[in-house]
Amino acid sequence: MIEEINLKEMNDEEILELMQEDLYDGYQEEIIEEVRELLNREMTAYDILTNGLVAGMDIVGVDFRDGILFVPEVLMSAKAMKGGMKILRPLLAESDAPKQGTVVIGTVKGDIHDIGKNLVAMMLEGAGFEVINIGINNDVDSYLEAIEEHQPDILGMSALLTTTMPYMRTVINTLKDQGLRNDLNVLVGGAPLNDAFAEDIEADAYCRDAAVAVDTAKKFMKIKQGS
Amino acid sequence: MPTLKSLLQTQKPILLDGAMGTMLMDQGLESGDPPEEWNLIHPERIREVHQQYIQAGSQIILTNSFGGTPQRLAMHHLDDQVFEINQAAAEIARAAADDAPHPVLVAGSMGPTGQLLEPVGEMSFKEAQSAFAEQASGLAAGGVDLFWIETMSDLQEVRAAVSGIRSASNLPISATMSFDSHGHTMMGISPTAAVETLGQLDISLMGANCGTGSDELIEAIAAMKKSGPDLPLVAKANAGIPQVEGGDVVYNGTPELMADYAREACRQGASLIGGCCGSSPEHIKAMADALADLKKET
Repeated sequence: MIEEINLKEMNDEEILELMQEDLYDGYQEEIIEEVRELLNREMTAYDILTNGLVAGMDIVGVDFRDGILFVPEVLMSAKAMKGGMKILRPLLAESDAPKQGTVVIGTVKGDIHDIGKNLVAMMLEGAGFEVINIGINNDVDSYLEAIEEHQPDILGMSALLTTTMPYMRTVINTLKDQGLRNDLNVLVGGAPLNDAFAEDIEADAYCRDAAVAVDTAKKFMKIKQGS
Repeated sequence: MPTLKSLLQTQKPILLDGAMGTMLMDQGLESGDPPEEWNLIHPERIREVHQQYIQAGSQIILTNSFGGTPQRLAMHHLDDQVFEINQAAAEIARAAADDAPHPVLVAGSMGPTGQLLEPVGEMSFKEAQSAFAEQASGLAAGGVDLFWIETMSDLQEVRAAVSGIRSASNLPISATMSFDSHGHTMMGISPTAAVETLGQLDISLMGANCGTGSDELIEAIAAMKKSGPDLPLVAKANAGIPQVEGGDVVYNGTPELMADYAREACRQGASLIGGCCGSSPEHIKAMADALADLKKET
């Protein structure tokens, strides 16, 4: 039998490192155990999030970007992360820990595809953003409703069909008409899209994959926060 | 009556058709609306697209049923008409093929459900299987000659589609995957792994479609060929990448570029060659001419 890992005998640093490995391998139960152990040791939820979960998802993101990991592996990692987040989220809400920013994300009208969009949502959450995922098949009204309710810093739109991607322009034009466009950074993604398309519809950026989406979202938050 | 077998025996490469969705948008399909609904409300417009491809030289045309699984139709509240929509799609193409001046086969297009299978996703294998079975029975009733599973990224979903089809029909099946992520499918399947698994299924053709540009698609075909598939290979590339021109989505691949692609796909071992997103009858015509020249050379 392989030597059993005993968390109690490990120091904080070692557990944080182990969390990164377990996230990479998508081990949800282990992640939950490790989060609990660190909380017992009175590490703050914010530190566990930043130095354990976010740091771990960073590595996953890089390997996804480089074509070492693919969607199934990243989804398993994201599931593991969610297990940890479930414990940390209420604690983070109580504390005055800094927030990365708020993102409303959804797939446009007529498009059922939510695999890539969910991946982006999970990776953003993994990077410390508050993410409101409004699902698939969103018309202009449902984007507007979510924006009014959650006052996000960033709006993310996804489309996987050539017949649905032009709808992003409809949403952006409506945001302009309603004077909301300048309050938001609009990020768009999906297989048939590219930079030129994003530029043409006047989105702020096209994000090729979930890792790029996280980097781009962070970049815009930095600009917004003036640092 | 031509069959896939007779077509494959007499002439290679076989020319497929081009895109349906972008063609319908030119005819007024609104962004976000389901192309499949037009099988019921505007059959003449679908037939017109089929006829244009046949005129351009297509020998196999694909039905307007890519999103015809119950999962996708449910989004438009059309999931109570799965059979009718797919049957109509097949009937429209069938009529166009029967009127064609040359032998044309009708292939029933079947795209992914858009949902992930267990354990990564929520959909069970059985659910997927019965979704494809429902779609296939409509397509079969409408008179398709073969089934055309395409743009797949998950081998399990292909498996579910094949077994779903088999519960409804014994017609030949083609299965192609979309290699759009670092030379792999979104789910991480390499062309080599695809050949290995697809080769074990009850299908007649395999290959690559959609993905990113035509160069990447050719690379996938070359890799599949190298793995020694027992089945003829299908290549169906996008006409370049999408751009926006005055509100319309236009693919930047010229007919000349698609002609080059057709020649190269043939050299790399594809036996059936066509276009995916953004390719029009004009592209297919250029490909037909290129392939005809190639035949003369050899």
